[in-house]
Amino acid sequence: MEQLKTIGRELAMGSQGGFGQSKEFLDLVKSIGEARSKAEEDRIVLHEIETLKRRIAEPDIPKRKMKEYIIRLVYVEMLGHDASFGYIHAVKMTHDDSLLLKRTGYLAVTLFLNEDHDLIILIVNTIQKDLKSDNYLVVCAALNAVCRLINEETIPAVLPQVVELLGHAKEGVRKKAIMALHRFHHKSPSSVSHLVSNFRKRLCDNDPGVMGATLCPLFDLISVDVNSYKDLVVSFVSILKQVAERRLPKGYDYHQMPAPFIQIRLLKILALLGSGDKLASENMYTVIGDIFRKCDSSSNIGNAVLYECICCVSSIYPNPKLLEAAAEVISRFLKSDSHNLKYLGIDALGRLIKISPEIAEQHQLAVIDCLEDPDDTLKRKTFELLYKMTKSSNVEVIVNRMIDYMISINDNHYKTYIASRCVELAEQFAPSNHWFIQTMNKVFEHAGDLVNIKVAHNLMRLIAEGFGEDDDAADSQLRSSAVESYLLIIGEPKLPSVFLQVICWVLGEYGTADGKYSASYITGKLCDVAESYSNDETVKAYAVTAIMKIYAFEIAAGRKVDMLDECQSLVEELSASNSTDLQQRAYELQAVISLDARAVESIMPSDASCEDIEIDGNLSFLNSYVQQALENGAQPYIPESERSGMLNISNFRSQDQLEVSMHGLRFEAYELPKPPVPSRIPPPLLAPSAELVPVSEPSYSRETHQVATVPSVSDSGSLELKLRLDGVQRKWGKPTYSSPSSSTSNSTSQNTVNGTTTQVDGASNVNSKARTTYDSRRPQVEISPEKQKLAASLFGGSSQTEKRPTLASHKAAKASSHAAEKSQAPKAVVVSNEVTVEKTNHQPPPDLLDLGEPTVTTSSAPLVDPFKQLEGLLDSTQVTSTVNHGATESPDIISLYANTPASVQSSSAEISVPSNKDDINVTSTLATQFIKGPNPKDALEKDALVRQLGVTPSSQNPNLFRDLLG
Amino acid sequence: MIRSVMVMNTQGKPRLAKFYDFQPVEKQQELIRSVFGVLCSRAENVSNFLEADSIFGPDSRLVYKHYATLYFVLVFDSSENELAMLDLIQVFVETLDKCFKNVCELDLVFNYCKMHTIIDEIIFGGQVLETSSTEVMKAIEEISKLETASNSISLVPKSVSGWRTR
Repeated sequence: MEQLKTIGRELAMGSQGGFGQSKEFLDLVKSIGEARSKAEEDRIVLHEIETLKRRIAEPDIPKRKMKEYIIRLVYVEMLGHDASFGYIHAVKMTHDDSLLLKRTGYLAVTLFLNEDHDLIILIVNTIQKDLKSDNYLVVCAALNAVCRLINEETIPAVLPQVVELLGHAKEGVRKKAIMALHRFHHKSPSSVSHLVSNFRKRLCDNDPGVMGATLCPLFDLISVDVNSYKDLVVSFVSILKQVAERRLPKGYDYHQMPAPFIQIRLLKILALLGSGDKLASENMYTVIGDIFRKCDSSSNIGNAVLYECICCVSSIYPNPKLLEAAAEVISRFLKSDSHNLKYLGIDALGRLIKISPEIAEQHQLAVIDCLEDPDDTLKRKTFELLYKMTKSSNVEVIVNRMIDYMISINDNHYKTYIASRCVELAEQFAPSNHWFIQTMNKVFEHAGDLVNIKVAHNLMRLIAEGFGEDDDAADSQLRSSAVESYLLIIGEPKLPSVFLQVICWVLGEYGTADGKYSASYITGKLCDVAESYSNDETVKAYAVTAIMKIYAFEIAAGRKVDMLDECQSLVEELSASNSTDLQQRAYELQAVISLDARAVESIMPSDASCEDIEIDGNLSFLNSYVQQALENGAQPYIPESERSGMLNISNFRSQDQLEVSMHGLRFEAYELPKPPVPSRIPPPLLAPSAELVPVSEPSYSRETHQVATVPSVSDSGSLELKLRLDGVQRKWGKPTYSSPSSSTSNSTSQNTVNGTTTQVDGASNVNSKARTTYDSRRPQVEISPEKQKLAASLFGGSSQTEKRPTLASHKAAKASSHAAEKSQAPKAVVVSNEVTVEKTNHQPPPDLLDLGEPTVTTSSAPLVDPFKQLEGLLDSTQVTSTVNHGATESPDIISLYANTPASVQSSSAEISVPSNKDDINVTSTLATQFIKGPNPKDALEKDALVRQLGVTPSSQNPNLFRDLLG
Repeated sequence: MIRSVMVMNTQGKPRLAKFYDFQPVEKQQELIRSVFGVLCSRAENVSNFLEADSIFGPDSRLVYKHYATLYFVLVFDSSENELAMLDLIQVFVETLDKCFKNVCELDLVFNYCKMHTIIDEIIFGGQVLETSSTEVMKAIEEISKLETASNSISLVPKSVSGWRTR
């Protein structure tokens, strides 16, 4: 029956040309529909274009025919072919008097043209006329075109008419006029800035639809500048109240919801207005609470409104009751079977944990489920949530998860994104150097070409600097573990270029440092790299410089260097390379090898990559030379400023003469025998022995130059024994040659290389910054205040590196899973509880490997896995160590923290008592053992309380599991 | 704001493509192709949402719904609510259904122009204009009536126009 109907309809259209379409057009559509390949389709369309081109140019085409041609053009363009030959005809059609043709013309031009197209100028006039038309449909069509075709320059041409339409009798027109103005605001805020009051006025329009439309531009305006609209809070709240109370006409109901789209808009606006504003927020509490209660959660749109409420609640000044309601809705979302609701639930959770971190733990299992879900969208959203929840205790689990996912996907865009997230988290929270390096290795190995080169530089710097402690043993251990891991990885095929650069640099710098590997072994590996990635010049450059470093260290250590054959051939090959950079490096390598130990050591000191280099801007080391020259009758140096001053005084006659005399002065300066020469000689060696000064020996200059071209880790942290001639030029030449900030002077005496002097400039600032961010044990000063707040409220302060947490929590989790299984069995709770107490008290230091161990529990199989995942999330409790807390916490974090606890705790109290049942209670009792408050005294008190409560299985103190998850 | 409305069939052929920020023809095709590429690889029973940053640039989400042989797709930014957008697709489809009585892909193919009229009544310049399909239908009927009236040379027989506005 249904088929018959369709066929009948098709026939009807075929024969009569539904909506005035000819048989031809229908045939076209049909043949395209039946085309078996893209090529066939293209052929048909191209043929159609030819036909249209011919037909459309014919004179005296009937208008109805013309309309059809235009529609065919639109169709052709939708299929991806160029229909520009017909644009002008579409423009012409907009001039037509017939509404049908005019509308078709407008439709075509809005689809064809962009706002900067040349033909627009031909339409503006028509639009102006049509905006004044008596027929409101013409006006609407013109407004539609206005939205699309008017650009910044043409706005003034139509603006007066559009503004006039704000008072049009038809509400549909008013609505569209407001939206057109909104569009103008989008394109050029300045053009309509004087009309903002109109939006406010339209908010009081009799027609709710117009009022609803006004909310769109107001939302945009408010998001730019919140403060000028605070006065509207009351109005918005009362509108929302009326809408929620169904005061609007029935026509605005949608699926039994009163004007849900208007409600959503209003909630979004309130979220903006109430953000961080207690006074404004207080106005909103009642109405939002009402919506929470009344909203029908069975329909899609009802949930949309609920979700918007949560967003609003999480944005405005927190209110415990509302947070409770929000948490309830979130748990409903997460428990739902619909992936859409789960998605929104996760998103909402991410918003809410900022304010009340304790709600996350109720949903641990749901979160883990979402992480396992085959739906990519949901998975990514969950990673987003985890990212927000990361801290040093769970960073390993989360980052490993992220890396696993990163490896599994092909979408480069997201891969880049998640790789940068991993790097960010690892840099911030890394529990150990070793883990950090391993993690970075993985990221580089699988997404190396996608990560920012800066990440590689950071990694190199980290390895060079260690973690900022003065523990040389730890640093060298870090380095040798890095070297070892790289030697393992280096053999693998097709490593990303960035990663190879890191590997080469580290091997060059530290490959032979601990004496475990011989120089020939490392250089052999480096030669292999240079060979197998022979078309990557950067890698080759890194490799050859690394080889040079290794040999230099060997020579400096007094060992004899035998260059490997492959190395020899590599150097020969590179010295004939097209790249001058590679050539230079190759020659430098050869030059270094031919030097004696003392020279080599001073140009290439071992492990000096992060020493700061003192710049002696005054070139004081040259004083003796200058003195000598003066004694020999040279003229004293006159600074250029004084020189020109003198000139101005002595030559105040004419411009020409001034120039002449300047020439004269310069000429004299050139005649001075050898001022520039000494600059080319490395001073640490030669400054004391003044008699060597005039000899500009090529090999020396080569050496020094060589050092300067050693690839530096970054601009700052590397061994910059650079000799730059500009430092000298500054003294004798024009000041423009030298830039004080970048010039590194040649005054690197042995002292400064051993590095006690720190030069405070941008570079070293960067260094110290990097250091602190790597060091998870320090307060993270560089993190934005928002993050601090998040961290403080999520984790109860900066986390300590765990000393005995993982295993303990592991057991705790085990026990809790165990207990959860037999929920509502109080005895089981007590038992497992005691077990945990014991365990936590006598736990050995963390055994991270324990994570991988199969959990032996009595719980059923499916339960085991999620809990294993959870451990990372759970063990946070131990992490907030009481004693160190006060000491390490930076004051502002404390103050930030102090802002929240009152409301958070009270809200948690209210939320958890009614909402969680059996298993959550069990976990809560278990968690008691680990609760540590934000300061020692608090914690002790709480601990006592907890112990007291811990033995009574009925305890439902909600504070107890607040720290469980976050 | 809503960035784009697309309707395409399960073979990836576009049936409607409307971009509220101008996109050149080639770019449109590319966008349609990549959206289809993502959609057809998605399993049944997963969420209707997608982060579309990789296709449409930062801060873009995508909501789609699969009806019989057609995908309805909305692309928008963070100022819209995903679930609400899903309902907007619902509104659109409901309206089409009212307009064509048991809408199928064929109707959309042959009434390309009308589909544009409908979407223009629902979304205006990238903002939601109307969400009640009854209201939209009223507007559409009014337009058709006036169009027929103004189009004096219309050769469409009465029976057909009656069918159209039924």
